[in-house]
Amino acid sequence: MLVLGIGNILWADEGFGVRCVEAMAARYRFGDNVTLLDGGTQGIYLVDQVRAADVLVVFDAVDYGLAPGTLKRVEGDAVPKFLGAKKMSLHQTGFQEVLTLADLLGGYPDHVLLIGVQPEALEDFGGSLRPVVKAQIEPAIDLALGYLTDLGIAPPAASEPRDAGGERPHPALDLAAYEAGRPAPEDACRIGDARVLPRLTAAGDSH
Amino acid sequence: MTATTTPNGFDLDNSGKRVVVDPVTRIEGHMRCEVNLDENNVIRNAVSTGTMWRGLEVILKGRDPRDAWAFTERICGVCTGTHALTSVRAVEDALGIQIPENANSIRNIMQLTLQAQDHLVHFYHLHALDWVDVVSALKADPKATSQLAQSISDWPLSSPGYFRDVQTRIKRFVESGQLGPFMNAYWGHPAYKLPPEANLMAVAHYLEALDFQKEIVKIHTIYGGKNPHPNWLVGGMPCAINVDGVGAVGAVNMERLNLVSSIIDRTIEFIDKVYIPDLLAIASFYKDWTYGGGLSSTSVLSYGDIPDHANDSSAGNLLLPRGAIIEGDLSKIHEVDLRDPNEIQEFVDHSWFSYKDEGKGLHPWDGVTEPNFVLGPNAKGTPTRIEAVDEAAKYSWIKAPRWRGNAMEVGPLARWVIGYAQGTPEFKEPVDKVLTDLGLPLNALFSTLGRTAARGLECSWAAHKMRYFQDKLMANIKAGDTATANTDKWEPHTWPKHAKGVGTTEAPRGALGHWVVIEKGKIANYQAVVPTTWNGSPRDPAGNIGAFEAALMNTPMAKPEEPLEILRTLHSFDPCLACSTHVMGPDGGEMTRVKVR
Repeated sequence: MLVLGIGNILWADEGFGVRCVEAMAARYRFGDNVTLLDGGTQGIYLVDQVRAADVLVVFDAVDYGLAPGTLKRVEGDAVPKFLGAKKMSLHQTGFQEVLTLADLLGGYPDHVLLIGVQPEALEDFGGSLRPVVKAQIEPAIDLALGYLTDLGIAPPAASEPRDAGGERPHPALDLAAYEAGRPAPEDACRIGDARVLPRLTAAGDSH
Repeated sequence: MTATTTPNGFDLDNSGKRVVVDPVTRIEGHMRCEVNLDENNVIRNAVSTGTMWRGLEVILKGRDPRDAWAFTERICGVCTGTHALTSVRAVEDALGIQIPENANSIRNIMQLTLQAQDHLVHFYHLHALDWVDVVSALKADPKATSQLAQSISDWPLSSPGYFRDVQTRIKRFVESGQLGPFMNAYWGHPAYKLPPEANLMAVAHYLEALDFQKEIVKIHTIYGGKNPHPNWLVGGMPCAINVDGVGAVGAVNMERLNLVSSIIDRTIEFIDKVYIPDLLAIASFYKDWTYGGGLSSTSVLSYGDIPDHANDSSAGNLLLPRGAIIEGDLSKIHEVDLRDPNEIQEFVDHSWFSYKDEGKGLHPWDGVTEPNFVLGPNAKGTPTRIEAVDEAAKYSWIKAPRWRGNAMEVGPLARWVIGYAQGTPEFKEPVDKVLTDLGLPLNALFSTLGRTAARGLECSWAAHKMRYFQDKLMANIKAGDTATANTDKWEPHTWPKHAKGVGTTEAPRGALGHWVVIEKGKIANYQAVVPTTWNGSPRDPAGNIGAFEAALMNTPMAKPEEPLEILRTLHSFDPCLACSTHVMGPDGGEMTRVKVR
């Protein structure tokens, strides 16, 4: 089975999926039948991993117009539809297509769970997760563990940290190192594309 | 302006109706393109806009230069490894670090693997559907498809039953309304010319290619420790070699070296028996579609790559050529110096950045990345919803790089034009063979299809060169040299207080350079000039248009509301962008909106 985190860690809350996998890999040691994967923004290059999995759990930042930091759990056949809905996932084109191609090529997973979080900020280049989003890493992992337990895949007790797991981001990108090494705003412009900022502000006000 | 001629020789006229192609995807970068059509629907003005602010350079300030590759690997989901390699090369250049011969061979295999995989996936997944009509494939006769396939290749998956099965799978998708990757295309568009059987064969190979590419990237997992996001190392490669080791974990052992070897053999076979025959078969139906040449016949640039031996960056040591051709003079290949402040310069007078003096360009070591988003007086819409940009003013988040003042095309076609012009047999002979087989003159190379063909030839070239470097690596290991890393200058106290360096690669989509300045052990400045910056560049102070813009010029469009021709040409550059289209009427009203990859 595959636990997949997708998103770009350099774009604030976009990094949620990858940070969930990173935190999970740091704490739990699963058997060889479970793969934790930092999928980044790999898009269709993830098709093979998805086809190889019977059970797929995806962590992602998903925009469904809820309050920032809200967790959303979507299961089974609803996942591709959910991803396909307009502006739902920030990786919708990439990941919905991955699922469709897995279906077309053969090897669509038997069980699919999407754990999404509503992002607060994206247009913050070099930024990290916002506190409300970061606070959802643990609940998101609990959801994943509960799902796996229901399928009879119980992880061993949270204990030994996994040694430099191959599927995690490089240590230079570790959450703490990433946050500590960030240059000051006067040295490094953090804002995104100016045209989207007013829209984001307006969206934020409506919550 | 209504009509003007650019210094690089294009007659622009923006008086006709405007068609706008605009993106929504936000992950790897966006691009927008606007064209004006004359009364015969021929493109008479083209404007390419990068709509994403790349903040990468600034977030590296103050970081450890040995870690920069891990950040640059995250710029983009497609070119991860090539940015990482460029980054470690820039840091090694700055700090005077030499790498072992094995590290050079392994890096080349990694880079060539990326070339082969990226070109293959690009052709089938991102570009073929600009030429291949999936819906038409449903009408094909599987038996005739089988005959066609067997007439062009001895690839074994070619029975009537096989094609019937593929057709049934596609039909199920189309009928369920679940087109997925085939959604939002212009099926039935008059610019599609393939018979149903050729369409079915290409769709079958689309699926096979997607299935096969997973084999190719296993090489990244073996030498890079993991995939996606393989590991890299300043000073060499992080994989240790232990030929006597056993098992799948830890050092690269003989079993894994043999696995790489077998993957290379299968990659060569797939490309030469599926990709290349398909390319020729498809091209044979589009010989009269000669558009899209743009700058390729006059101004092309390559930094060169794939050093035969380690630690020698002279042009003679690079298997992909380094050089520049300008003013259409193919008899003269100019040497390119990435350190010369007068050669590569970036301009911003049409970009959403500010310089103190915007009439001048800056070399990347002196680069400034100061955002300044303003629309020109003739722009339409609002800053948050632009309907049309004003190309006389600032109109793109992409800077305008120039080589000695010239707008340049980079990428596979640029590399192959330079290799051809140099007379290098391994570039010249395959090009001549393709032209002869199709019965086309040399001029046909300078086109959208020529760009697509050059990518296919390069894919095959890359796979064969993987074999060369794998054999070289094995021979070196057998001779007793297992070194993969040089850590003599790993510690920052061994570094000079001030250092600057440049690293380059030829990424699948073109010349890529990273320029780094290191002060007291930390990054003080970092500038990346990526291939799509060259190709997607806006205008410069002299008025030269960029490669995308030039390539779109004078192309006739069959149905402007379904801009398939624009997509063909833009996709032929393999732009590192995902985009969608809005097609506007003459009054700026939105007529239709189509998703484009």
